Amino acid sequence: MSDDNAIISIRNLDKTYASGFTALKNINLDIRRGELFALLGPNGAGKTTLIGSVCGIVTPSGGRIHANGYDVVRDYRAARSLIGLVPQELATDGFESVWATVSFSRGLFGKPPNPAYIEQLLRDLSLWDKRHARIMELSGGMKRRVLIAKALSHEPEILFLDEPTAGVDVDLRRGMWEMVHGLRKRGVTIILTTHYIEEAEDMADRIGVINRGELVLVEDKHTLMAKLGKKQLTVYLQDPLNGLPAALARDGLEVSNDGYALTWTYDLHREHNDIAGLMRDLQAQGIHFRDLHTQQSSLEEIFVELVKERS
Amino acid sequence: MNIHAIRAIYRFEMARTGRTLLQSIASPVISTSLYFVVFGAAIGSRMVEIDGISYGAFIVPGLVMLSLLTESISNASFGIYMPKYSGTIYELLSAPVSVGEVILGYVGAAASKSIILGTLILATARLFVDYQIEHPLWMLGFLVLTSVTFSLFGFIIGVWADGFEKLQIVPMMVVTPLTFLGGSFYSIDMLPPVWQTVTLFNPVVYLISGFRWSFYGVSDVPVGISAAMTALFMLACVAVIHRMFATGYKLRT
Repeated sequence: MSDDNAIISIRNLDKTYASGFTALKNINLDIRRGELFALLGPNGAGKTTLIGSVCGIVTPSGGRIHANGYDVVRDYRAARSLIGLVPQELATDGFESVWATVSFSRGLFGKPPNPAYIEQLLRDLSLWDKRHARIMELSGGMKRRVLIAKALSHEPEILFLDEPTAGVDVDLRRGMWEMVHGLRKRGVTIILTTHYIEEAEDMADRIGVINRGELVLVEDKHTLMAKLGKKQLTVYLQDPLNGLPAALARDGLEVSNDGYALTWTYDLHREHNDIAGLMRDLQAQGIHFRDLHTQQSSLEEIFVELVKERS
Repeated sequence: MNIHAIRAIYRFEMARTGRTLLQSIASPVISTSLYFVVFGAAIGSRMVEIDGISYGAFIVPGLVMLSLLTESISNASFGIYMPKYSGTIYELLSAPVSVGEVILGYVGAAASKSIILGTLILATARLFVDYQIEHPLWMLGFLVLTSVTFSLFGFIIGVWADGFEKLQIVPMMVVTPLTFLGGSFYSIDMLPPVWQTVTLFNPVVYLISGFRWSFYGVSDVPVGISAAMTALFMLACVAVIHRMFATGYKLRT
């Protein structure tokens, strides 16, 4: 089933390396135009191989990939012109200046020189002051920004960010995400892999989870959290319980070891959680409570649960 | 054709030469000059003429060729090996460039450097040895053809190598001996008949012979065969590079 609004369409993608290791198994995925898609997965799940297959770095063993309708193998010129890639590794030409390396990338992707655009790009990434500096003299965070500038130098419509905030300090991460927001506003489609799942939770429109080379799920972020997320109600008691009274018994309700707390875990999507009923039962049993606390599972918890389940 | 990409690669590679002028240009010019001083001026004056040419002048084409071959291989192999080593090759592999454009950029730059170097060595040789060029256009033709061909060969080595040792091993263990044994310092007529036949299997003989013919009109093998053999080797290199990119050999995983 293909999505009419898809800017990237991946069908039956397989990749088995020469060593015999199967990195991708029958991947089918559509990335919608203009969305921010977060691809999550543990180390070695196949995220980078998947990105590499789209960008031309990895030769797939089977399947087809289209970028804006162009086959990435047959129409590689048209397809690759649309794509910018920020790799996971800090691979840079240490002896080159920031300006030279970014200008080189623009040329490599077939665009005529445009000093005004490069200047604006470097200013946006706070690299303008370092434009004449050799890359080897820059900090890790700055090198990461240079890679982003290189990826954006040819004004791509699709941007792959493979772990862009790994090893980057909090301020810089915030700055990067502001830039990503700006790119989205301009209509750039962004595919992101990250270990900081809260980033995906904050920013992504849709989430894909990949594990052991298989795409476990692709879901709208809010739907995913509603469908797989759990909510927890903790009732702190005035006096300890020795055990759970039979009158209170219900699925997911447990008493803490010290007897001072009742914890009720329930699915977010279940319509009848009947918290009021629990409160009434507590009152009827003469159990008094001093506080209540509710907690909703994060995307990270959902992700960990999913990966554990499928392993 | 992605002209901007060719220009970007070419400029990038030429800028690298600019940063390493001492290593890329000055060093080979100085070492070749030393050959001229030792073999041309010092020892050469005590040697008999070969084919009616003074020994100092006789070795000029061979020495230019020696530098041309080693530097073409070194420049081109380093040019493509470094992105592999540093990891920046991802950008080339994900760019909208064809094999031909990659070759024009990298090999074009490496060959340009070799041509500049060859010209500088010839100019330097003039300071030590008196030589003439009978067929300047042919000389230029051989200079360009050899630079391009061995830059292509160097490019193949750069793709093949997965360590600095491999990068050095072919120029040091194969090309330099073949050049020394290919008639840089002697005419193959001076060898015993059996070795004359063996020498004809050395491709460098054809290069040096053809190049020397363009200077003095004398050669060990007919000039047409020299040019044809070099062109054939060039086409073979192009075919190998094309295959390497088509299959992703040591480039794509």
